[in-house]
Amino acid sequence: MPTPAPTTSSTPRRAAVLGGNRIPFARQFGPYAEASNQDMLTAAIDGLVARYGLAGERLGEVVAGAVIKHSRDFNLARESVLGSALAPTTPAYDVQQACGTGLQAAILLANKIALGQVDSGLAGGVDTSSDAPITVSEKLRIKLLKVNRAKGAKNQLLALTGIRPTDFGIETPSNGEPRTGLSMGEHMAQTAKRWGITREAQDELAMTSHHNLAAAYDRGFQDDLVTSFRGLSRDQNLRPDSSMEKLATLKPAFGKGENATMTAGNSTPLTDGASVVLMGSEEWAAEHGLTVQAWFVDAETAAVDYVHGAEGLLMAPTYAVPRLLARQGLTLQDFDYYEIHEAFAATVLSTLKAWEDEDFCRDRLGLEAPLGSIDRSKLNVNGSSLAAGHPFAATGGRIVAALAKMLHEKGPGSRGLISICAAGGQGVVAILEGA
Amino acid sequence: MAFSYSSFVSGGLGKQLASSLGLPQPSRLRRHDPKKSLIPGAVLVAGHDEAPLVPQVRTWLEAARVAVATVPSTSVAGVVVDLTGIESPEDLETLRATVAPALKTLQGSGRIIVLGRPPESATSVEQAAARRAVEGIVRSIGKEMRAGGTANTVLVEEGADTGLEATLRFLLSGRSAYVDAQVIRVAAPVADPVVPADWATPLADKVAVVTGAARGIGAAIAEVLARDGATVVCVDIPAAGGPLADVANRLGGSALQLDVTAEDAGERIVEHAVSRHGGIDIVVHNAGITRDKLLANMDAERWHSVVDVNLLSILRMNTALVPALNQGGHIVNVASIAGIAGNRGQTNYAASKAGVIGMTTALAQDAEVLAKGITVNAVAPGFIVTEMTAKVPFATREVGALMNSLSQGGLPIDVAETIGWFCWDANRAVTGNTVRVCGQMLLGA
Repeated sequence: MPTPAPTTSSTPRRAAVLGGNRIPFARQFGPYAEASNQDMLTAAIDGLVARYGLAGERLGEVVAGAVIKHSRDFNLARESVLGSALAPTTPAYDVQQACGTGLQAAILLANKIALGQVDSGLAGGVDTSSDAPITVSEKLRIKLLKVNRAKGAKNQLLALTGIRPTDFGIETPSNGEPRTGLSMGEHMAQTAKRWGITREAQDELAMTSHHNLAAAYDRGFQDDLVTSFRGLSRDQNLRPDSSMEKLATLKPAFGKGENATMTAGNSTPLTDGASVVLMGSEEWAAEHGLTVQAWFVDAETAAVDYVHGAEGLLMAPTYAVPRLLARQGLTLQDFDYYEIHEAFAATVLSTLKAWEDEDFCRDRLGLEAPLGSIDRSKLNVNGSSLAAGHPFAATGGRIVAALAKMLHEKGPGSRGLISICAAGGQGVVAILEGA
Repeated sequence: MAFSYSSFVSGGLGKQLASSLGLPQPSRLRRHDPKKSLIPGAVLVAGHDEAPLVPQVRTWLEAARVAVATVPSTSVAGVVVDLTGIESPEDLETLRATVAPALKTLQGSGRIIVLGRPPESATSVEQAAARRAVEGIVRSIGKEMRAGGTANTVLVEEGADTGLEATLRFLLSGRSAYVDAQVIRVAAPVADPVVPADWATPLADKVAVVTGAARGIGAAIAEVLARDGATVVCVDIPAAGGPLADVANRLGGSALQLDVTAEDAGERIVEHAVSRHGGIDIVVHNAGITRDKLLANMDAERWHSVVDVNLLSILRMNTALVPALNQGGHIVNVASIAGIAGNRGQTNYAASKAGVIGMTTALAQDAEVLAKGITVNAVAPGFIVTEMTAKVPFATREVGALMNSLSQGGLPIDVAETIGWFCWDANRAVTGNTVRVCGQMLLGA
């Protein structure tokens, strides 16, 4: 009896990054103060659809998410698709993994493409720190639900009388960790202290980020990565004239005493924005006259026990990367570009220092030798979150699209590493290869 | 919305007032409607002596299902007079005898089209005088026309008669609503004209690039080219990316964000159009800026930026675009009335736009362009009502809008329709022309 021919879906194929789009990132309560997550995600999708001539096209799927979300936005990605120029027959779903959302969405889409379940799709994310959902105090919420349950006007009035003036209170989302009560910055300050990261080193990284991003805009690198929105055509947070002198004048925002090295200048500000990445199979790209920018090679997600103090909140990528390297048979030095998300300048510097540290690599990562240092001239060469801003779920898409373009310019076989830390002690990392 | 004289006098008290004071009363112009016939009435076709073009014109009109009239007294929607056979100024009497009675009964948005031969190729002084006289008559008729009517001259080179069809269709149709008192030259085609399978979509299967497409006239150009069948690559600066994406998505085209003054702008357009859409058939250089200042106060930056965006960038981009254009392609440049008449405070702008006209004439004769059968033409818009003109002070704007034979400003679509006609493969006999879309503006006439 002849063996049945293998179906195409049984053999993984390569998932291609074909391009991306984002809207410029705006500072909190800036030009996007009245833009909803759906407005921004729709704008990011529409800009991408226009760039790649996909109006009316049915894509395999759109996967996106937001970290801070209104309850009405339960179907954010799908609603955004329906409001976009894509065919309304394009399915969509939401994901959320804090600041790892955008990259995790890309991983999900890449896997589906690799398995042959879809031929094309968008992965992305959006976040607003301005148009935030507001909730009432827990006491008031429970009593209001009771009013809602009560049958008849009389019973409802009766239930209403149960509400006391002290019940009133509104709560806005905070970036505090629920299990420690500490803000992300406070957590980071602990890690920065642990690794002895200096103020000067942090300011220098921040300044470089601004200079690199400004240069990227000036030479037109962002022309096919960004689409203007609500009067903004460059990231509002970008300061091309950033200098060590100016950064040195800022007062510390996190940490205490001598160890208070983190300022508003070397930490990312709260921002609003959205990004999407277009991915597909090689065949789909060819059919649509699109150039493969990079291949989505592999990805890894790690989590650390920051709650009990075993590890710093934002150090999970230091664990994810060696696992990914081992699986791919690569060393940390085998890359042309490193995209390490600048949640704080200290995050990047602590991560790099940990990989250089023999004890850490042996005791924590279980490695025989440290991963070693990287060529810093290959790090965040077109700027990162310190300059662009960091609308949580939108950062992954920003990085994937920009890195794919950089790798395409570098040429086939070039390699890029993405590392993104996330709340909850998580880290998402990925490897792209230039096409 | 800003108060406008045209809408004020179009009805009610305003209309009565204008009529009793003898103020200009602009008519609603007939514009192209793909669902309607070419022209809403019969066309009188006549000519002097043997009138060599008349039989051909009749055949074309019949093919377009337009009724042909031969008696001057009946009410017609248009008049076509063939004066290609005139020998002396005395022969101009034919024009008077044909057009004078027709004018009295001509329908609204009527058309007078006079066909002649280029004066330069006349064989006698008498003939040259007669041929040149045609232009003077037609320009004067333009000023006497009422109810949105236009009068235009078409100079058909000897032996180039078959190339007239596209231009005749354009001038009779609503596409030429704001084209008035122009002289269009029809020459031997630069490549074999291709009659479209469907005249409603003369640009079917074509790929067009439009710069400055995010808004105003550029967006209208993109829209008309897409309506007529083309896939449009919409180009604009990154700062206009949002509206640009909306235009591209609405038209099912694609958006390309770039600054036309970038060194590699031409290459990037070619790369985008060829990889995404398989080639380029049409390029419309529309992107332009103004930085007005009296020459006495003009600094080098204002001077340079206008000349760079409006003229030098086109010259640079064309070095990449011309070799990449498909055989039989079309290039259209957007000039301006300011490049013809000049304008106070616009020496830089006028320089760039007059330069565009010069470039158009020369490029049309370029060996590579001719070898590829590419046409190169320009439009020179007059007062066109856009978001930009809405910001002009009321009096200036309204006077500007009224200073033409049609007593109104043109619309972006009027400029776009003229550009569309330049891009038909059926229209390969018109090249090196600069056609004003100005309603016979009084400036620079």
